[in-house]
Amino acid sequence: MTKVKSLADLKKMKETLQAKIDLREKGEAAENLVQIKVAMATCGIASGAKNVMDFLLEELEKRGINAVVTQTGCMGYCYAEPTIEVKLPNADPVVFGYVDTKKADEIIERYIKNGELVDGIIPVNYESIDNK
Amino acid sequence: MHLLICGGTGCKASSSDAIAEKLKTELAANNLQDEVQVIMTGCFGFCEKGPIVKVLPDNTFYTQVKPEDAAEIVKEHVIKGRKVERLLYVDPAKKATVEDSKHMGFYRKQMRIALRNCGFINPENIDEYIAREGYQALGKVLTEYTPQQTIDIIKKSGLRGRGGGGFPTGLKWEIASKNQADQKYVVCNADEGDPGAFMDRSVLEGDPHSVLEAMAICGYCIGASKGLIYIRAEYPLAIKRLKVAIDQAREYGLLGNNIFGTDFSFDIELRYGAGAFVCGEETALIHSMEGLRGEPSNKPPFPAQSGYMGKPTNVNNVETFANVAPIILKGADWYSSIGTEKSKGTKVFALAGKINNVGLIEVPMGITLREVIFEIGGGIKNGKKFKAVQTGGPSGGCLTEKHLDTPIDFDNLIAAGSMMGSGGMIVMDEDDCMVSVAKFYLDFTVEESCGKCSPCRIGNKRLYELLDRITKGEGTMEDLERLRNLSQVIKDTSLCGLGQTSPNPVLSTLDNFYDEYLAHVVDKKCPSGQCKSLMKYVIDPEACVGCTACARNCPVNAISGERKKPHEINQSICIKCGACMEKCKFDAISIK
Repeated sequence: MTKVKSLADLKKMKETLQAKIDLREKGEAAENLVQIKVAMATCGIASGAKNVMDFLLEELEKRGINAVVTQTGCMGYCYAEPTIEVKLPNADPVVFGYVDTKKADEIIERYIKNGELVDGIIPVNYESIDNK
Repeated sequence: MHLLICGGTGCKASSSDAIAEKLKTELAANNLQDEVQVIMTGCFGFCEKGPIVKVLPDNTFYTQVKPEDAAEIVKEHVIKGRKVERLLYVDPAKKATVEDSKHMGFYRKQMRIALRNCGFINPENIDEYIAREGYQALGKVLTEYTPQQTIDIIKKSGLRGRGGGGFPTGLKWEIASKNQADQKYVVCNADEGDPGAFMDRSVLEGDPHSVLEAMAICGYCIGASKGLIYIRAEYPLAIKRLKVAIDQAREYGLLGNNIFGTDFSFDIELRYGAGAFVCGEETALIHSMEGLRGEPSNKPPFPAQSGYMGKPTNVNNVETFANVAPIILKGADWYSSIGTEKSKGTKVFALAGKINNVGLIEVPMGITLREVIFEIGGGIKNGKKFKAVQTGGPSGGCLTEKHLDTPIDFDNLIAAGSMMGSGGMIVMDEDDCMVSVAKFYLDFTVEESCGKCSPCRIGNKRLYELLDRITKGEGTMEDLERLRNLSQVIKDTSLCGLGQTSPNPVLSTLDNFYDEYLAHVVDKKCPSGQCKSLMKYVIDPEACVGCTACARNCPVNAISGERKKPHEINQSICIKCGACMEKCKFDAISIK
């Protein structure tokens, strides 16, 4: 990997990386790339997030769904761990709480395949600094 | 189309289940059950106006919905596409209805600055951090600002230390920058020790680069080329992710020599602690990093003069660092526009205890406890009554109902007899005994006192013993007086912050719940029924039918009696476990 030598370098990198992620989110998304983030801080892992992540990786592949599953930090909803965020192409991200493998299965079959929401959604209840 | 119904505890209590059922029936009656789904969600954080029904995809936000409104929502909104005006939220400021949730950001009480990336990015991938403007603040200060200009921005932003003390961060940096030395150090205090607090762990696990970047910025400001993160070995995942992050930053040249092609070089190493509460105190922390005992020493000299290895050292907490990059990028004015007059920005709290939405929240300074507990937190578990909230951990105090509408900031919390601390918030309900709570914290302090100075080592032990006596019904009125006097002496004469604040839980409960202490001492009763020595399980002979269920379940055979005749509990054997009361089907057993 090349080193970042100047602020201009970094800004360029940011644009490319941002574009890559945007492309994932907007452009190629039409070709049904599903993005899933699993909250994997200590609390999430302690409540079984690892199993859920393994399950998602395995099952999505088995069921032929083109998806990117990544780990992320704590989303703050400790009362509802494990939590995952699912972003379908051209849709706002949706956070689900209390996700065990059974729930994950339901999310794949109903939300990811058919766009039907399922119980256990956690509404966004904060302002991020991006909109300020 | 989807109808989302809030299934948070608050809304459930006001019949959101019934609303869901009603909506389903109405949809079925109109043969729409396949096109429109009814979904239960988690808490919207807007319990004040619950139950909430949100319609997707148009984001219509209905408040205070009743089961009898279901028919109208289905008939008007779902079928005819017309919003039900009377159920829309009315913006109290503008006196106008708000049609969709995208335009009602003001109900979202939280604002995430320190947690901006937690739960968004993959913490083990530096690219995702860079894609969200990561390391741009470092690049900007290195190429556009002098160290003093950067310090001025931090000073102007009003950022204060998030570890508990609330010392102005910019000023701290300035002092360290003015001390001349061949080597200086930037230290990140990640020794999070308050019971029930996990803010720093979450930041390190969710967004480690934000801390690394800010440490480098601090290094540039004070003239340090070395950074150290003091983290407890009890946080293995945070350690792992920090290591990954440091490696990646080095690989990109964002740590190391000549960062961004400038003369500035900076690198970071980890130092492990064994998880001692006192090591959160900066002098003790520095001694522990030097390989010495984790004991505090007298200030002055302050670490900014003589810290790690005798060199000028700047110590900041994890959350403080996490706020730095956004301040640089968005400006001091932006940051200081958030919060109260003397406490700017946001604060992360770990909500725990008898509250529905246990979790990590970040709120602007100046929010009230009522908003935090009853809106964001979703209220008290099982519909019980709120009694107190403990902030500031073992150094803090309890806030009660009368403080619910006090804006939360550094100074107001101190005026109310508690403190901000690092951000633990433990909520208590009517079943919690405040004498026992004070005893719990003193137990912790006794365990964690390093033993160097006698007021803390011996004084806290005596405080604990006094409290223990009171919870056993052996306390006297003189003991209450003694508690107060001894607390004052410990506060006045202890060496470091641990001892100077450890009597706070005692003093604040004495101030706010004196009647509970009196009940223990004078009436020999524990009003919340928590102090086992002060309670008695008794069987009402009128109600007891002699089914023997209690006797069979008593683990110590304290219950005797003939079948079909009233039973009796032998108080000298009873261990007050409550198993009998649980098993009794006739409500014949009660606590006296």
